[in-house]
Amino acid sequence: MSARPTATQRSSPDTGSVHKGAVSINDVVKIYGADDTGILAVDRCTFEVPPGEITVVVGPSGCGKTTLLNAIAGFHSISYGSIYLDDQMLCGPGKLKAPPGPDRIVVFQNGALFPWKTNIENVTFGPIMQGAMSRGEAYDKARDMMADAGLHDVGHNYPGEISSGVRRRVEIVRALMNNPRILLLDEPYRALDSLTKSVMHEALLEIFYKNRVTIFFITHDLEEAIFLGHRVVIMTTRPCRPKKIIDIDIPHPRDYSVLTAKRFREFMDETAAAVHEEAIKAFAAGEKER
Amino acid sequence: MIAVVRTTSSKVASFIRGEDFWRGVVSIAVFLAFWEVGSRSQAWFGFAFPWVSQVPAPTAVLREMGRLVQEWSFWNSAFLSSLRVFEGFFAAMVIGIPLGLAMAVSRTFYGITFPVFEVLRPIPPLAWVPASIIFWPTQELSIAFVTFLGAFFTIVINVIGGAQAIDVRYFQAARSMGSSTWDIFRRIILPGTLPSIVVGATVGVGITWAVVVAAEMISGGGSAGSVGGAAGGGLGFFIWNSYVGGSYTQIVAGMISIGIAGYISSAVLRKIGQWMTPWLSES
Repeated sequence: MSARPTATQRSSPDTGSVHKGAVSINDVVKIYGADDTGILAVDRCTFEVPPGEITVVVGPSGCGKTTLLNAIAGFHSISYGSIYLDDQMLCGPGKLKAPPGPDRIVVFQNGALFPWKTNIENVTFGPIMQGAMSRGEAYDKARDMMADAGLHDVGHNYPGEISSGVRRRVEIVRALMNNPRILLLDEPYRALDSLTKSVMHEALLEIFYKNRVTIFFITHDLEEAIFLGHRVVIMTTRPCRPKKIIDIDIPHPRDYSVLTAKRFREFMDETAAAVHEEAIKAFAAGEKER
Repeated sequence: MIAVVRTTSSKVASFIRGEDFWRGVVSIAVFLAFWEVGSRSQAWFGFAFPWVSQVPAPTAVLREMGRLVQEWSFWNSAFLSSLRVFEGFFAAMVIGIPLGLAMAVSRTFYGITFPVFEVLRPIPPLAWVPASIIFWPTQELSIAFVTFLGAFFTIVINVIGGAQAIDVRYFQAARSMGSSTWDIFRRIILPGTLPSIVVGATVGVGITWAVVVAAEMISGGGSAGSVGGAAGGGLGFFIWNSYVGGSYTQIVAGMISIGIAGYISSAVLRKIGQWMTPWLSES
């Protein structure tokens, strides 16, 4: 495995290096409602998302993972702390909500392809909106990228006409068309059956090896996390904070044979206890609330 | 083009062969037979079936319709009603869609307009007839206004509901990809609301037919009563006139004409709706 650039290297000037898109999350607090009476969703959360790698955040449902993702994407504000993308402060003191932008694209849990646009219209949406490409250029690039992702024949279909697995792939291509520095994936494969999921994982890795875009991946599926991630961040249940950060040193490129490898099982063992503990806490907390 | 024709005709062919088609045929045939027997019960069996015996038989109505379609005044009535429906419906769309969108998009505007809207909405369009006769200079405008009200509220409510139901993720995705506020309106809110606009229009046009006929009966039949006058005519007036004249077959013929006209209006709107929202039709 190649040495991972440390977080400090992210400040190197843009020299055309592919490793862009480091996110650093510093002491982030998110309170829904008033400071003293509101719900503490994220509590002094600090960790790094190294550039050009896949960081997977694992935690019980409703623990506040998505709150972090929304803060990075610029959909919601934070209460305290700061988040940086490379050298640029996304949100922090004096500017609690980041503006959304094409450098941070979210692939949503249940998908957010526009149903009224054909797949290729969806894929070309970003570059055309930003004025980054002409229509013709955008369509050419979209066709190339869709072909690359094995999506030859679906360009003129509507998202409603293709399977959910294919839809998810189209959405990732749509995201990549914006040349994002970081892809934010919020449990993108949650609704898929496990067989489709396994296909999607390999497809995602293939796309990642080609583009080397930083990926911030949220899930509560431990196997998925270890299979995909360079590092896995296990979150505590609400309030959300890293409980354990594990570097997965299984070499990339990975394929499905990894799942049965001894090292993979060791990582499962190492993390399962921590995740289970939080799941029990989350369950108990849920009981109390109701 | 040929391919299109072929698929359409094969669609029709498979529909005719289908079970649903024959179920429909049987249902209508039984209904007509029951009606025919019922209305002729006095003559055939010597005693009158309750209720149905008062109604002219379908064969008599059919004969009457055969006669009516050759008459200019009948077509004039149908034309006048259609024109009023179109005017009222068109105005309801032109005013209702932007209003609904504005109410859905702007919290302030919604806060100001919605209470008034909600107070006016439950008032039945027909309750407006006397007031609108006073408001508007001509009978024609009064009828068109009442017709307009029939479709207006349905359309606005559907537009508001449709626009507010658009998934927030679409807005977030569009924002991330660099859309301006105008882009979001044009490329997210407008197409996202379109299916509800189609539903509102299809329902609205049906209400429009119900309202126009009643308005014609009340205002057109009540005042001058002149068939050739500006506010005279229309299918509602035609039915009212037949009632006054005691021609029961003509009443039923008029009713059926309205049914057919309403069906055609809804079918046309559904087709236009399908054409405008191609992503909703199954491939």
